[in-house]
Amino acid sequence: MLKDLWELFIAFAKIGVMTFGGGMAMLPMLQRELIDNRHWTTEEEIMDYFAIGQCTPGIIAVNTATFVGQKRRGDLGGIVATLGVVFPSLVIIIILAHAITSVSHLGWVKNAFAGIRACVAVQIINAVVKLGRKSVVDKRTLAIFVLVFCAGVLTDISPVWFVVLAAAAGVLLKQWEARQSC
Amino acid sequence: MLSLLLKLFWEFFKVGLFSIGGGLATVPFLYSMSASTGWFTTAQLADMIAVSESTPGPMGVNMATYVGFTTAKLLGAVTATLGLVAPSIIVILIIARVLEQFRSNKHVENGFYGLRPASTGLIAAAGFIVCKIALLNLDVYAKTKIITDLFHWKACLLALCVLVFSNWVKPTKNWHPVIFIAISAAVGVIFHFAGI
Repeated sequence: MLKDLWELFIAFAKIGVMTFGGGMAMLPMLQRELIDNRHWTTEEEIMDYFAIGQCTPGIIAVNTATFVGQKRRGDLGGIVATLGVVFPSLVIIIILAHAITSVSHLGWVKNAFAGIRACVAVQIINAVVKLGRKSVVDKRTLAIFVLVFCAGVLTDISPVWFVVLAAAAGVLLKQWEARQSC
Repeated sequence: MLSLLLKLFWEFFKVGLFSIGGGLATVPFLYSMSASTGWFTTAQLADMIAVSESTPGPMGVNMATYVGFTTAKLLGAVTATLGLVAPSIIVILIIARVLEQFRSNKHVENGFYGLRPASTGLIAAAGFIVCKIALLNLDVYAKTKIITDLFHWKACLLALCVLVFSNWVKPTKNWHPVIFIAISAAVGVIFHFAGI
């Protein structure tokens, strides 16, 4: 049992190290490690886990790890796989954050980050365009997007409220649509 | 110290519970956290996004670790990360038991119909804030009131180049984001972007 859990931890720590960025970036790593290398699961199952990881609260990578771990070794497996996937981040970021804090007063570091920020701004715009193609599919979703964007820019209201209201709006809009059509 | 760690855990528990999707989904929550707690500035957050994107590990997890470390060092990093993943663990372990009902539930699907554009809108709003920090000189403009002082021209030019090369030019549009970050850092150093 302990050996199984250890294997789960190592497998997901490897996936964590090899995932750059977020969400989708993890999929090829999952396929290679869990299907090709360890034969723990199938392509179809991975797609299922991934789909559910996308539509439940939380980070996709973490959700998928919990899911695969749970399927393999129960609740404890889910927890161990999750700790595995975050472990490399903890180690690497702590070291880096420490290093950056100690050089952040240097001129060239400030210059470098000023350049990097311009790049990050564009990358966020790119991400929004990509997400928008999938999420803004009609007039109503466009309205939700515009409303949330404006409220997000102009007010200090916590994003939590937007998430709760938007989910409720989705349910109500679809119900209203169903009633209209019958 | 303990109360700070508890607050950190709770704040990231909320992020984990309400952010949907991957990558940048946690960013809007972190902006809101920056405003409400004062643990870090929005400029720091832009730097953290860059570092989290350029290092191994899921970006949301990296961000949590980084913010936690900035706020309360080593223990903070661990606490924030555990706070972020705790809701996932709870929710997924429950859903794994009722998988079929969850998948075929009409309300879940409809809820996501509304959630997805909202999540995109929140990320766009966060992107707007990053653009403001990266491309404008609001403090200089506030003093001089000259419109040409408002823009950080070098940064705007770099952003335009990144936009073009990452979207429309082959083969650079297929490059990994890390490469663009590295090049932008070099450009920033060579052309003294921070004016130092």
